[in-house]
Amino acid sequence: MAAIIEVRDLCHTYSVGTPFEHDAIKHMDFTVEKGEFLGVIGHTGSGKSTLIQHLNGLLKPTCGDVLLGGESIWKDKQTTRRARFRVGLVFQYPEYQLFEDTVFEDIAFGPKNMGLDAAQVKQRVLRAAEFAGVKASSLEKSPFDLSGGQKRRVAIAGVIAMEPEIVIFDEPTAGLDPAARASLLDNISTYQKATGATVLMVSHSMDDVAVMADRLLVLNEGQIEMLGTPAQIFAKAERLQSIGLTVPQVTSLFLRLKELGLPVDPATYTVDAALKQLLRLKGGA
Amino acid sequence: MLKDITLGQYFPGNTIVHRLDPRTKLLMTLLYIVALFLCKWFVSYGLMLVFLITAVALSRIRPKALFKGLKPLLVIIVFTAVINLFYTDGRVLAEFWIFKITVEGIQNAFFLVLRIMLLVMGTFLLTYTTSPIALTDGLESLLSPLKKIHFPVHELAMMMSIALRFIPTLIEETDKIISAQKARGADFETGNIFRRAKALIPILVPLFVSAFRRADELATAMECRCYHGGEGRTKLKQLHYHTRDVLCLLLGLALLAGVIVLRHFTL
Repeated sequence: MAAIIEVRDLCHTYSVGTPFEHDAIKHMDFTVEKGEFLGVIGHTGSGKSTLIQHLNGLLKPTCGDVLLGGESIWKDKQTTRRARFRVGLVFQYPEYQLFEDTVFEDIAFGPKNMGLDAAQVKQRVLRAAEFAGVKASSLEKSPFDLSGGQKRRVAIAGVIAMEPEIVIFDEPTAGLDPAARASLLDNISTYQKATGATVLMVSHSMDDVAVMADRLLVLNEGQIEMLGTPAQIFAKAERLQSIGLTVPQVTSLFLRLKELGLPVDPATYTVDAALKQLLRLKGGA
Repeated sequence: MLKDITLGQYFPGNTIVHRLDPRTKLLMTLLYIVALFLCKWFVSYGLMLVFLITAVALSRIRPKALFKGLKPLLVIIVFTAVINLFYTDGRVLAEFWIFKITVEGIQNAFFLVLRIMLLVMGTFLLTYTTSPIALTDGLESLLSPLKKIHFPVHELAMMMSIALRFIPTLIEETDKIISAQKARGADFETGNIFRRAKALIPILVPLFVSAFRRADELATAMECRCYHGGEGRTKLKQLHYHTRDVLCLLLGLALLAGVIVLRHFTL
């Protein structure tokens, strides 16, 4: 697979020249492969939000560079602007950015900014609304009349309507109830499979990223702590815990079983894998 | 871009300027402003400058931060200087077309610019070294005699502290909304004035929605904690005058007196 995003020696310092100056990101290097699902985890203040805002050129690096498809997004103004459309960024609590009279108009904001004609805009809005799980009956309603969960879906549709090659979700399920959570993650998964888009998801829920992500990027204090497959990452449970993170619930169960002396793999992180091992144990016993 | 707003910003510290009673600092600022407007000629301005520099040095606020506060006023300062430079009658120094520069004009322009700069930097020093809460507490305490004539002093102070408290929050919120709309390709930097004004709608609507939501939540939270106005309300941090406050106020009065005396001399 080819690299689509390359982050080279990236660093970012906030409030340069004031008493509040601090380094949010300190020299990060990594690449994101085309079509992969990368989970980004780290405790509050580890630099996740700062990092993702560099990937579509909202923040300018203090040093280092971000390459999109092999080309620096800071080459010139047009390239930076194009990066905004190529990399869709769904912020935390995106429902607070809704502003239009109708849901349709709000989802159409991005595609319109891209300079598409009315027919293309409409086609994209309808497709995005379906992917994001926005009810067709709400398209003509005011976004402010919808429930919290529906508002969030509208905001997500507003980003994927630009049909970006890469979509970044910053804690898309924060504040949703378990059912809405599962359904939204399902939508994201379906979207990725249907379009082949590269997806980055920032999350605090190890259970969510464990199941969905191909690889995990673990951040700590503005630096990369680990980067690898979920199996590799969750095998280092102790290290994760020492930087204020947890492991998926299944993994903590298997860690405990291992402690009790049972012959299991402690880096088990999906229910299916867990079941297989338990059945094997039962068969062996 | 919004990071540059320094209004109501507070740089925590533990210097003598930070430790002064907020009432002292408010009164000092008042004395300072009155003195500034009574200033005439070099020596009195020099006196004010020395006072300000001493205060800044004691507070350990970086001078750079103070100059940053001047930035938004640059247009006003330049405008005042130019108007005064060209439209003051007196001894003509140079003349071209309809413009004439006079000695008095140069003096006026110089002193006015100095006055505005000293005024802004002096008041910024107050907000830089006093937390918003201390500031409103001080104001409430200073204005409390007005309660006798049923002036809503406490309510005013509460409104002020809420407003000050929410400036950074709303700035942060605005930044977030701007980023989110930029991520959807919103363009705030190109186009004529109408296009740019229209481009603000995607920022203003969500900002107002969230400000109202916050106001609502805050009202509920205050009511949950049985807030019912200033009647019988006590303070966690009582204000006390110390020796340093008395000395500081005496210094302020001396400064004012000095400036008034100096008005009678052309120095």
